[in-house]
Amino acid sequence: FPGLADVSISQDIPVEGEITVPVGSNSPDEDYSTLDEPVKDTIMRDLKAVGKKFVHVMYPRKSSALLRDWDLWGPLVLCVALALMLQGGSADSKDDGGPQFAEVFVIIWFGAVVITLNSKLLGGTISFFQSLCVLGYCVMPLTVAMLVCRLVLLAGGGTVSFIIRLIVVGAMFAWSTLASTAFLADSQPPNRKALVVYPIFLFYFVISWMILTFTPQ
Amino acid sequence: AASRTTYRWGRAGGGGAAGPGPAGADTVSAPAQGGGSAVIDMENMDDTSGSSFEDMGEMHQRMKEEEEEAEGEAGAGEEEDGEFLGMKGLRGQLGRQVADQMWQVGKRQASRAFSLYANIDILRPYFDVEPVQVRARLLESMIPVKMINFPQKIAGELYGPLMLVFTLVAILLHGMKTSDTIIREGTLMGTAIGTCFGYWLGVSSFMYFLAYLCNAQITMVQMLSLLGYGLFGHCITLLVTYNIHFHSLFYIFWLVVGGLSTLRMVAVLVSRTVGHTQRLILCGTLAALHMLFLLYLHFAYHKVVEGILDTLEGPNMPPFQRVARDIPVVSNAVLNTTAKAIALTL
Repeated sequence: FPGLADVSISQDIPVEGEITVPVGSNSPDEDYSTLDEPVKDTIMRDLKAVGKKFVHVMYPRKSSALLRDWDLWGPLVLCVALALMLQGGSADSKDDGGPQFAEVFVIIWFGAVVITLNSKLLGGTISFFQSLCVLGYCVMPLTVAMLVCRLVLLAGGGTVSFIIRLIVVGAMFAWSTLASTAFLADSQPPNRKALVVYPIFLFYFVISWMILTFTPQ
Repeated sequence: AASRTTYRWGRAGGGGAAGPGPAGADTVSAPAQGGGSAVIDMENMDDTSGSSFEDMGEMHQRMKEEEEEAEGEAGAGEEEDGEFLGMKGLRGQLGRQVADQMWQVGKRQASRAFSLYANIDILRPYFDVEPVQVRARLLESMIPVKMINFPQKIAGELYGPLMLVFTLVAILLHGMKTSDTIIREGTLMGTAIGTCFGYWLGVSSFMYFLAYLCNAQITMVQMLSLLGYGLFGHCITLLVTYNIHFHSLFYIFWLVVGGLSTLRMVAVLVSRTVGHTQRLILCGTLAALHMLFLLYLHFAYHKVVEGILDTLEGPNMPPFQRVARDIPVVSNAVLNTTAKAIALTL
C-alpha cells in the first residue's frame, strides 16, 4: 500500500470516542418473538388490521392506512362471499343464465388487475398490491347490497322489489366508486383523474349489474 | 510393518492401494461396488502414523477414489461426519460452493429476463393521453375525412381503444342478460370478453397483414388504435338497440352510425395506400368485417321481441321464464311504449 506510506496523524487532533460496540437493540428479538406468542394474538392482530380497513372504506377519508400496510385478506373474504351469494344455484342446464362462482371470482380479480395496470401505465405512483388492496376493499358496499337484495328477494319478486333493489344497488355502486376514487385518484397527475376513474366506474358497474340481475332459482 | 491396524483405501477387491500407506487388513468399511455408504471408521483414523505426509497422501488417494465411486452412488458423499472436515469436508464444501454459484447465476439470469419482458414500461408511451384528447378522438372517429390524397395522421394510442373494448364487453353482457341467452359451452363473461377482444386483436392483425401485402403505410399500433376507435359506433348502436327493440331502428343505426365509422376508417386507410387494386382490397375487407361484426353482435345476442313470444306461447309459459324477465319487463315496456309514441307522432 504505497499510498498509505505518508499518512500521519497530527498530534494536535485528539482521537476520542467510544470503542465499545452498542448492544444490539431489541428489535430483532421483537420480530422473532411473534413466533412464541399465542395464536390468538396473531389472529386478533390481523383481524384488527382488516377491521380497521373496513371502517376506512365505510367512511372514506383521505387516510393512508389503507395504502401503507396493504393486505389482501379483506378482498379475498369479500370476493368469496359475493361469489357464493351470486351463484346460479340450479344445476339445470336449461337455465344457465346465472354467473358461477369461478366467473365472479375471475371477473373481480382480473378487473382489479387491469385497472391497476392501467393506472400504473397512466403514471400512477401507487404500487400494484396497494391498488389491488383498495379495489378489493371497496367491493364491500356491493357485498352489503347483495345481502340486501337477497333478503328483499326472499320477500318476493315484482316491480316494487325491483325498484328497491335498483335504489340500493345504485347507492352502493356510487359509494364504492367514490370510495375507491378517493384513494386511487390522489396518486395520479391531476389532469388525468378522469382517465383512471372511468375503468373503476366500469368495473363496479359490471359487478352491480351482476347483482341487480341476480334472481334465485 | 508396525502391528497397528491399518486400512486400505480403495474398493474392496478393486484397485490397488497406491498410497504410501501399507496395505493391510481392511478395517474400514470401504464402499462396495456401487453400494453402501462411505462410512469412516473414526477409531482407525487416530491410528495413523505421525507422518503428515502419509496422511496427505492417504487423504488425496481417498478423495480420488471417492470421486470415482461417487459416480455410481450419487449423494453418498453428503453423509459426512461433521467432526472431521478435512477430507469429506473439502469435497462437500466445494460441491456446496459450486451449487451456490450456479444458483446465483441462474437467479440473476431469470430476474434479468423477467425485468426485460414483464416491464410494463414498454407500453407506457401508448397510454400518454389527456382526457380532452380522448374525447376529441372519440368524436373524430365518426367523422369521415375528405382528403384522401394526403396520408392522414393516426394517433398510436391504446387507452381509448382498450376502454372502448371493455365498454363493449359490458354492453354485450347487458344484452346477453336481457335476451336470456343460454350459453351452453362456457360462461357469459368468457364469451363476451372472447368475442370483443378476439375481434379487436384478430381483425387488427389480419388487416395489418393485408396492409403489409398491399403496401399500405400503417403500423400495428396504429391499426389497433384505428379499429379500436371504430368500435365507438358499435357501442352506441348496441347500447340503443339492446334496449329498444325495433328491427327497423337497428337497421337505421347500422347503416348510419356503423356506416360513418366505417367510412372514417376506410378513408384513413385509403389515404395511406397507393394503387387502386390495393385500396379496393383493403377497404372492402375492412368495411365488410366491420359491418358484419355489428350485425353479428345484434342478432346473436338479440332478445326476441316480447310480443312475438307471448303470442306464440300464450298462457302456457313455464314459471321460471316469467321470473327471469323481471328487469326487461319494467324497463323495456317503458322504453318500447315511449318509442312507439315517438314513432307515431313523427
